[in-house]
Amino acid sequence: MSAQSTNGSEYPTTGNGTAAAENVLLDVRNLQKWFPITAGFFRRTVGHVRAVDDISFHVLQGETLGLVGESGCGKTTAGRCILRAYDLTGGQVFFQDHDGKMVDLGPLTNNEMKPYRQQLRMIFQDPFNSLNPRMPVIDIVGDPLKINKVAAGKELEDRVASLLARVGLRPEYMRRYPHAFSGGERQRIGIARALALDPRLVVADEAVSALDVSVRAQILNLIKDLQEEFNLTYIFVSHDLSVIEYICDRVVVMYVGKIVEVAETEELFAQPFHPYTEALLSAVPNPDPRMRQQKDRIVLEGDVADPANPPSGCYFHPRCRYVQDQCSLETPELREIAPGHFAACHFAEELTLAGVTASGELG
Amino acid sequence: MESPVLIEIKNLKTHFFLDEGTVQAVNGVDFTIHQHKTLCVVGESGCGKSVTARSILQIVDQPGRIVEGEILYHRPFRLSAAGNGEWTSGETGANGNSTTEIIDLAALDPRGREIRAIRGQDISMIFQEPMTSLSPIHTVGNQITEAIKLHTDMLDDEADEHAVELLRRVGIPRPEERLGTYPFELSGGMRQRVMIAMALSCNPALLIADEPTTAVDVTTQAQILELLEELQDEYGMAIMLITHDLGVVAEMADDVVVMYLGQVAERGDVDSIFHDPKHPYTQSLLKSIPRLGVSRNRQRLDSIRGMVPDPYNRPSGCMFGPRCDHFMPGRCDAISPPAIPLGPGREVHCLLYEDE
Repeated sequence: MSAQSTNGSEYPTTGNGTAAAENVLLDVRNLQKWFPITAGFFRRTVGHVRAVDDISFHVLQGETLGLVGESGCGKTTAGRCILRAYDLTGGQVFFQDHDGKMVDLGPLTNNEMKPYRQQLRMIFQDPFNSLNPRMPVIDIVGDPLKINKVAAGKELEDRVASLLARVGLRPEYMRRYPHAFSGGERQRIGIARALALDPRLVVADEAVSALDVSVRAQILNLIKDLQEEFNLTYIFVSHDLSVIEYICDRVVVMYVGKIVEVAETEELFAQPFHPYTEALLSAVPNPDPRMRQQKDRIVLEGDVADPANPPSGCYFHPRCRYVQDQCSLETPELREIAPGHFAACHFAEELTLAGVTASGELG
Repeated sequence: MESPVLIEIKNLKTHFFLDEGTVQAVNGVDFTIHQHKTLCVVGESGCGKSVTARSILQIVDQPGRIVEGEILYHRPFRLSAAGNGEWTSGETGANGNSTTEIIDLAALDPRGREIRAIRGQDISMIFQEPMTSLSPIHTVGNQITEAIKLHTDMLDDEADEHAVELLRRVGIPRPEERLGTYPFELSGGMRQRVMIAMALSCNPALLIADEPTTAVDVTTQAQILELLEELQDEYGMAIMLITHDLGVVAEMADDVVVMYLGQVAERGDVDSIFHDPKHPYTQSLLKSIPRLGVSRNRQRLDSIRGMVPDPYNRPSGCMFGPRCDHFMPGRCDAISPPAIPLGPGREVHCLLYEDE
């Protein structure tokens, strides 16, 4: 099962403080993904968009890790690099094999990657574009089983039926085409497809963003239930902080291709250490009109920095309200401020930042 | 004090006549927009909130049309006759009235002169996706001054100056240079600001904002919402904000209309909608949203079972009946619930409250 990669780097046996070794399912080290900017007739490369620029994090077995940030922060790109939907520009993605060995997925060829593709699956954002309109549900959900020679014929049909039943769809509908289903039902089909091969890690990229409020709650509950049932590990990519808070155990906050903060969910929301996280939390509208007066909303100036031409020093400094001279000169490292709580800010210890306090019950 | 009525919608019905059948997108909607106030219309996709807004301006796409009902526009006084002047605040009209005339917008010809004079001048609109609602082949300056020159007698130079002033007001840096740029050169947040500048160019009495922050990031959303609040203080227009995000409603609204499948489920002031919701749909909607600082302690979200029905197969009786926990067989599927008044500006469409 273990792939023979000639140029894959060895997984360091003693972690550099980022991970406790055994139950780390995925360890991302210095991941980089740059997209070339081309110009002219010969498509000469004139620059790079640093979509993901040197990020490191790990995912523990059975946990849900949130990747959160605004559009263009690289959260989706990071998720796709882990699945090797993109080739890496630099860095390593270590994934724990069935026999406990850490394998670097980065340099694997498509053939070598095959066994891992069963274990790493994805749920997409848009339930309308991510399902082939010309394929009936049985093919959409069943093709991964057929291609990987897991099941065929009657057995395949049974497995698809039980998968559909598990995600809350009626198995009788398996001959129907995607257009016959509503948005929430399509997302359930997408989830069934992702689960068909008993994956170990599922990357959910904005899996509930396109859904209506009442349906979103159903799908979030389903995602949580399935995790318990199949012992799944999720990387949950989202821009919606309230969804992240609800579903994630730990959160990675990204800004312009870099990680600015990593912490356990409760800690991050209660006591952020990076000014960007504070601003992000404060920008979320609170669905309680009585909180309107009490809240001191931080409104950031300007727009998200251009990842092709990022500012000097800390990328966030032009918009930061605590900015000092050092910020535009030195790039801050991601440092451990409190146990398990990392932030990339020069003044993380000195600043007193506001988190989110719970408001009263509604309704 | 109640501020004067600006728009009164009575039993509005807008239907779309398609080959597959008639879609009753808006089916008997009543509500009122007051001057200088913010009304939020909230509901899931397909509930008819956008079509209601488009009906006010008579810009419903073919094959849709208003089949019944009235949209009464109580036109306020302008302080100056120039057309883009300040509005009087309330009761200072010459004859003691706050309004000059009452126009039924629903009865106007969608292509006629009267409604075109109202669009952009009295009532203007901003849309969800600023990239598709701005013209990609005209400069920002061109698009803003077009509205100004159409509704006022300003000359080119004056209109340009006014446009620069507006762009500065909505927080666009170096507005003089921005007049010559095209929408693709701007970020999403900047484009939405341009849309707002354009909508405010003639100082409208009502600004309709259809999901203005759905396509932008959360920090940009905070900027845009803040800007709309500031501009409302300054210009005094009423805002009709259409959204599916209950957080935005709680931050912005004075009054709320909750819609479900083309009908009003419940309406009232923002505090009673959030803290004393009456309709089972509103109640379960509020319970189904994950909320910062609260949802973490709760194991599961309460979800509404089932889904919004297909518009061709509307349930009989109450539209929410098939998904409702308080469903009363023989009543809810037989009687379309009438408006039950609960107080000034507060009513609910639900048979549970019939006796009150």
